[in-house]
Amino acid sequence: MNRERLANMLGKVPTHAVLILLMLIWILPTIGLLVTSFRPIQDIARSGWWTIFSPPQGQEVYVQNCAECHGGNGKAIATADLTNATLIDKYPRSTQLRAMLRKDINGKPHMGDKAVPDAQTAADVAAFLKQLSGIAASSRFTISNYLDALVGYRGTATYQADCAAGTQSNDLYCDARDFLNPRGMGRAFINTLIVTLPATVLPILVAAFAAYAFSWFDFRGRHLLFALLVGLQVVPLQMTLVPISRIYAQLGLNGTFLGVWLFHTGFGLPYAIYLMRNFLGALPRDLFESVYLDGADHWTAFYRLALPLAMPAIASLAIFQFLWVWNDLLVALVFLGGSNPVMTYQIGNMVTSHGAGWQLLTAAAFISMLLPMLVFFSMQRFFVRGMLAGSVKG
Amino acid sequence: MTTDAAVAPKVGSKKKAKPVIPQVMRQGPVTPWLYLAPALIIMSFFIVYPMLNTLMLSFENKDGTASAATTCVEGKACWGVLENYHYALTAELDTSSFGSTWNTFWQSSYGNNIKWILLMVTGTVVLGLLVALLADRVKYEPLSKAIIFMPMAISFVGAGIIWRFVYDYGTQQVQVGLLNSIITFFGGQPISFLTTPGLNTIALIVVGIWIWTGFCMTILSAALKSVPGEILEAARVDGATEWVVFWQIMVPMIMPTIVVVITVMIINVLKIFDIVYVMTGGNYGTNVIANRMYSEMYINFNTGRGTAIAIVLILVLIPFIYLNIKRFQEQEAMR
Repeated sequence: MNRERLANMLGKVPTHAVLILLMLIWILPTIGLLVTSFRPIQDIARSGWWTIFSPPQGQEVYVQNCAECHGGNGKAIATADLTNATLIDKYPRSTQLRAMLRKDINGKPHMGDKAVPDAQTAADVAAFLKQLSGIAASSRFTISNYLDALVGYRGTATYQADCAAGTQSNDLYCDARDFLNPRGMGRAFINTLIVTLPATVLPILVAAFAAYAFSWFDFRGRHLLFALLVGLQVVPLQMTLVPISRIYAQLGLNGTFLGVWLFHTGFGLPYAIYLMRNFLGALPRDLFESVYLDGADHWTAFYRLALPLAMPAIASLAIFQFLWVWNDLLVALVFLGGSNPVMTYQIGNMVTSHGAGWQLLTAAAFISMLLPMLVFFSMQRFFVRGMLAGSVKG
Repeated sequence: MTTDAAVAPKVGSKKKAKPVIPQVMRQGPVTPWLYLAPALIIMSFFIVYPMLNTLMLSFENKDGTASAATTCVEGKACWGVLENYHYALTAELDTSSFGSTWNTFWQSSYGNNIKWILLMVTGTVVLGLLVALLADRVKYEPLSKAIIFMPMAISFVGAGIIWRFVYDYGTQQVQVGLLNSIITFFGGQPISFLTTPGLNTIALIVVGIWIWTGFCMTILSAALKSVPGEILEAARVDGATEWVVFWQIMVPMIMPTIVVVITVMIINVLKIFDIVYVMTGGNYGTNVIANRMYSEMYINFNTGRGTAIAIVLILVLIPFIYLNIKRFQEQEAMR
């Protein structure tokens, strides 16, 4: 019996190995993004995100070269306390440090019989000493990237540093108003919310009526019309961009939220109707018959019976449409553009035209992923159910 | 609509005994259309009319003021009113010889789209099936599935940033990109993944696979779970190995679902836009049809050429529209 269990467990080793490897490959890129978004700018360019678990740069060389006399904490020699900021401030870079190390101390070489470290090593030691003495901030994590991304800061330092020095660009005020800066992710977040909520509710509302008609009304052309609708699901968005933007230009709808809401409604409808009709049509026929025999009409059947029962389908649809609109780039790019930038647009802009650094991009990407992830993980069940109900979405 | 006619009698004959819609629910001829009107109006305006308009614009010049024939260049091949299609189909190619045509085709948006379809559809379906199979046998199934599925919640733009960082090519000594740091750790030379032609399209397809495998996994997993356990058990008792059980029982039984997943994936891949836009902007030979259409339209402001490319895209999709309707009607007939 035990041997059988052991054999069973051993037989599963390849399964676990392959599966865990795949899980790692899938999750690592996202973890890299998340970790990087919390690292200070200098660190991001200097080392990979996976080095956060290794000791800070410079500590290793410090231990090799200096710790023997100065001690691991730098306080071993009272007359040369390495945690003393005024002392360390005299040797900010490798040149000064190496010059000092070449001199004799008390008639003996500073380094004893060790060689004076090369420039790179000395630079690392100098950097470590700055942290040890408290001149440079030693924190390995920061939220300044998120601040920079939210206000759309594009300088070479950080938003906080520039504001403290008063050297911020002239569209920043260094107060709460900055979160609404049109170049920032804060403003884009609000714009994305404004786009997404109506663009989620509208198509579901309109689709509910149509889906009810397809399920519980008898009319000529019912099957033909529905088959057409199934075909419409496949039509690519790109087919309609040009004519719609021309009409929008005439109506003055380009760059307005209304235009985007309507467009997403139009494109969300075929799938929304399809999913809802599959759900409503599968409800028990006797249920509808009996409310009718009790004297209900179609409006009451729709409003009091079908809609409440369709809540699971509506939940699936809502998540789908929410994620679709929230994550959409093309429609926002064409119909909203820079006048009311959404988050995908803002990030795309950071990549293509401004060449923003990783500290900004990673934080911005994570800000845009936050809400979808929350929605997804809290309502995964509905999402999967909606997907299984047949998913072709354009 | 011959397909509709072929199915209608089936539906009718089956439902004759008990109509789908109860007799008491019969209504006047107008009421259904009141419920349908908002949806039909919005869809006609946003999908049907624009399709027809796009078709018309594709035969006209860059701002839709004259026939496309007027844009022909003298001394060069001209397709008259189809000149935009001439451009859409051949502009990326070097047709001076067969060899150069062949080579440039595989660098063009069409060649790239074919690579996308072949690699991404195979990749997502195979990996999705693998995860579905393996996850079914372990205790941490929900966790493993959630991890593989998570990219579906992330925007293509977000995924683009995530993977640009993985592919990052450092100009200095230090490689902060995960892949290049692995390569240099083993003593290799760092590679500029996104600017090396040929390799870069593959790098982008990997991102697509990363995003869409969760979708295939979920659907295939549901199909696998619906295969009756007794059949598998019986085969195993008869001495069939797992390999035989998989290929000769599971795969044939879930084949219809695999076909559906493949068609859905082909449709998705043909429309791919955001990944390319964010990661390379369609440069370095990574262009795809949807991206090219966007640049013709909103960078070169040439509606004629942009719409012609859109029409090419829908022509490629028509078989899938047909398949979609047919599959739906088969489902309906089984109801």
